[in-house]
Amino acid sequence: MLALREALNASRRAPLLSGLGVLTIGFSLFAFGLFALVAVNIRQALRSVEERVEVRAFVADGTPPEAIAAAMSDIGSFPEVAHVDFVSQEGALARARKDLGEFSDVFEEATLPASIDIHLRPDLRGPDNVKSVAERVKSYQFVDDVRYGEEWVEKLYRLRGIAQAAGLGLGLAFAAVAIIVIAATIRVSVLAREKEISIMRLVGATDGFVRAPFLIDGFIKGVIGGLLALLLTWIAYRLIDTRLLRLVFFDSRLIFAGILAGALIGVAGSATSVWRHLRRI
Amino acid sequence: MITLEDVAKEYTHTRVALSHVNLQVKRGEFVFLIGPSGSGKTTLLKLVYMEEKPTHGEVWVNGIQSNSAKRSEISQLRRKLGIVFQEFRLLEDRTAEQNVAFALEVTGAPKNTIPARVARVMNQVGLASKATQLPRQLSGGEQQRVAIARALVNEPYFILADEPTGNLDERATKGVFQLLKDINAGGTSVIMATHDLEMVRSTDFRTVELNHGRIVFDSAEKAPPETRYTPLIGQPAIGGPNEGNWPPPPPQK
Repeated sequence: MLALREALNASRRAPLLSGLGVLTIGFSLFAFGLFALVAVNIRQALRSVEERVEVRAFVADGTPPEAIAAAMSDIGSFPEVAHVDFVSQEGALARARKDLGEFSDVFEEATLPASIDIHLRPDLRGPDNVKSVAERVKSYQFVDDVRYGEEWVEKLYRLRGIAQAAGLGLGLAFAAVAIIVIAATIRVSVLAREKEISIMRLVGATDGFVRAPFLIDGFIKGVIGGLLALLLTWIAYRLIDTRLLRLVFFDSRLIFAGILAGALIGVAGSATSVWRHLRRI
Repeated sequence: MITLEDVAKEYTHTRVALSHVNLQVKRGEFVFLIGPSGSGKTTLLKLVYMEEKPTHGEVWVNGIQSNSAKRSEISQLRRKLGIVFQEFRLLEDRTAEQNVAFALEVTGAPKNTIPARVARVMNQVGLASKATQLPRQLSGGEQQRVAIARALVNEPYFILADEPTGNLDERATKGVFQLLKDINAGGTSVIMATHDLEMVRSTDFRTVELNHGRIVFDSAEKAPPETRYTPLIGQPAIGGPNEGNWPPPPPQK
């Protein structure tokens, strides 16, 4: 409890320095938060496109419904498959009219083939899985053709790979910048209390005792900085969401992770700064 | 017991702070460390409270050997060494009694015992009535008394005082010196580095003189360790390495 008291006293004695520390942590994490917001939304956009990945097997005219039902049950049991829909000729026509509204009159007299639409599980929509399912479905005698947009699926997954790699690289860079800025801020507060630390050591305080108030201080500043960053990111999200384009915000798990990251950076920054300082005295 | 065995401290090859220092200080002794600025007094004290480690030789304090001491052992040792500096080193934003209590708090002393222990040493140094004042509200002599109270509160075996009267006027100097003598009379050893030869000559306490990092005189020894050098205490210095510039002349009025 003495360590907590010392940590709070330190903030009380140097409110400007503490305030600047919290602001620095807050803005550093805000920069990271904005990046994370962009990353989350790109991921969300890609996921919604990925959800449209499906294998469509066109069924020959006159295929008995029992054969189609048996095949659907069979295909539905494939490990990659989430669910299977049957689209009749009429259904296919209605869908085409809906998708291509202004050209709907083109389909007036047309007859489109019935199909079995196969939707894959979210984690099994990779090009290899799609191809494998398509080949197995093609083996049914009544299946005339199977389409799954081979080239399109491959491009989508390449794009996802690039987005992931770029996201990871940029994320690490942003996190590194945040950590460096925060560590420097905490170092200033450690140096401001240099005399106090040296007196503590002279009267026989252990390293752990000297360190504890700084770790608590770093934790508190990290949490407050994290909350500030969250607030700023939310304001940015609201501004973009209401004026420019629809966005998704972080879910509760990511919000918790963000605040925890702030606290951890605060504690780690303090621990490093005090450790470096103690090593010299 | 403090023992330095053939101790040397070099900061660089060209800057040797101490060399071939052999010294033993027993419990209950009062020892003056004298010598010109840069002679190694502060370095010797730093070696004793283990802020520095010797480049050569061994320093033993209360059974702890500085070269092999862990940081936690050094912390434990310092709780039994009261350290006093010329510039007081008080925390400016805490009252006199809070500065003293701080030394107990950081060592994990039971909270309920702290006020009584602080009051006792504040009384001992004659500052009971100024316990709630901040350092800037106290005179230099009073600030040094607070520093001594802080050094005393953990009931140390040794007080290490590095020119504790260096910033004080004559009256305050006498007061602080008397206080250190009283503390010593209570059984606590005192090692005091000083430039005040008048103070040294006024008592018959053991005197160790350093020059260029070597002990050139120890009143506990029968003969000076270096025959060529005539010590400052006793006979006037003739032919000594600093003859003519040490001790410094008294200030012109």
